[in-house]
Amino acid sequence: MSVSSPHRMNKMWARSVPAVVSVFSAFVIWEIYVHVSQISPLILPAPSRVLEQMWLNREMLWKNTTPTIQATLAGFSLSLVVAFALSILLDFMPRVRRALFPIFVVSQTLPLVAIAPLVVLWFGFDLTPKILLIALVTFFPMLVALVDGYDSTDSDIESLLRSMGASRVRVFRSARLPSAMPYFFAGLRISITYAVVAAIFAEYVGARAGLGIVILNAKNNFRPDLVLAAVVISSMLTLLLFVVSVLIQRQLLRWRDAGEGQ
Amino acid sequence: MTVLDMQEVSVTLGDTKVLENISLHVKEGEFVSILGPSGAGKSTIFRLLTGDLDQYGGRICCHGQPITPGKQTFSFMPQRDALMPWRKILDNVTLGLEVQGVSRKEARAQVSPLLDEFGLAGFEHYYPAQLSGGMRQRAALLRTVAQGRAVQLLDEPFGALDALTRTQMQTWFEARWQKAHWSTLLVTHDVREAVALSDRIYVLSARPARIIAEVTVPAPRPRMGSPIPDSSYALEAQLLTILLTQTGQNG
Repeated sequence: MSVSSPHRMNKMWARSVPAVVSVFSAFVIWEIYVHVSQISPLILPAPSRVLEQMWLNREMLWKNTTPTIQATLAGFSLSLVVAFALSILLDFMPRVRRALFPIFVVSQTLPLVAIAPLVVLWFGFDLTPKILLIALVTFFPMLVALVDGYDSTDSDIESLLRSMGASRVRVFRSARLPSAMPYFFAGLRISITYAVVAAIFAEYVGARAGLGIVILNAKNNFRPDLVLAAVVISSMLTLLLFVVSVLIQRQLLRWRDAGEGQ
Repeated sequence: MTVLDMQEVSVTLGDTKVLENISLHVKEGEFVSILGPSGAGKSTIFRLLTGDLDQYGGRICCHGQPITPGKQTFSFMPQRDALMPWRKILDNVTLGLEVQGVSRKEARAQVSPLLDEFGLAGFEHYYPAQLSGGMRQRAALLRTVAQGRAVQLLDEPFGALDALTRTQMQTWFEARWQKAHWSTLLVTHDVREAVALSDRIYVLSARPARIIAEVTVPAPRPRMGSPIPDSSYALEAQLLTILLTQTGQNG
């Protein structure tokens, strides 16, 4: 709390230098290799060519990025709501927890390759199957994180609240829910990295537009540069979501930074 | 006038008899300690009084009325401060009032004048992790007395502090207590602490806990900060002997 923000920004920059350097050198090595080996761009396009094609096809790419963003956000929101609702239900009803938890675990063992075409078959080419697939892939890490987080509550705090006459709901709201927040954000960060990938996969299996469709068409037309262009956009979307979640976490869990360096 | 009155209270948990015919009372404004070997059942008494445990024989009355389950009569301070790390100090000390249904604004208004006395003025907006152990303990104590209950139940409140901070806290606490005269029931296994702070002391036996001695501490107040009088030394020695025989029986 006492740490001033410019100082903090500097520290963040300093910490990200190694990452920036390593990523940048990887691209440089790739670029040099392509030029030196004279490999065909139909097999391995250079990063510069991918960027060039991204720019030339910007309109087509953008038109196909918006449906992916839509599906990702809709699916992830649904997943978030479902995970929260279920976690509360499971916390208040241990019996239901024992009954349902195995089902959730099994839901995570289903291979997406097999499930995705079926979901498309059942729900068509619109947004619905994408939302469902994204939710299926992303709700579990958040649910597990929340349920574990509730259980991590300091029992002293709970008995203190009860000694004050707090109801079960009150104990949940004042102690269990805030205790679960650090866990929840850990789960959220895992989930969010799956979300875009799940959306693209769902599109790949059956959609009218989207990055998944771009990848499918580019592959069929022997255009690895366009495949990679779509990959770059998808990575950037994931990174963006990741950064947003980290920023929200910083804001909501400021108390965790308190007391550091004292 | 008697605030808290326990008459022949017995508790059996599973097959274990934990409390056996415990009779004790706390008068209005009186400081009473329960001294006993560890594991004797001191905290079971508090679990009864906070309503955490409602299977018992005997009678527990507050102001002559039997206590009812689900209705809080006493406020409780646990051994560790149990401050919520995500709440600022001010929001931690108002917690009890909030649970009672007092609005946040009203709760803050009630607590604010006390912050200074508890050495927390200027630290309202700090998180617990930013405070020292002594300050956290004072915040926990303020959270307890702010609830305005009939008796303050303190479970080894200074046990987790280092020796120096503990003495400072005891001195500070005695001064506060002399001013406010909260009816207090303190559980401790520290003989010196019990003799220094209490008007009266009950000594518990090893499990199943019975009351094996009740002594009144005659030393004048304030006691902390002045040399310990001979009467207190004698009392300490006497209590220690009783406690040691108890632990001896246990092996």
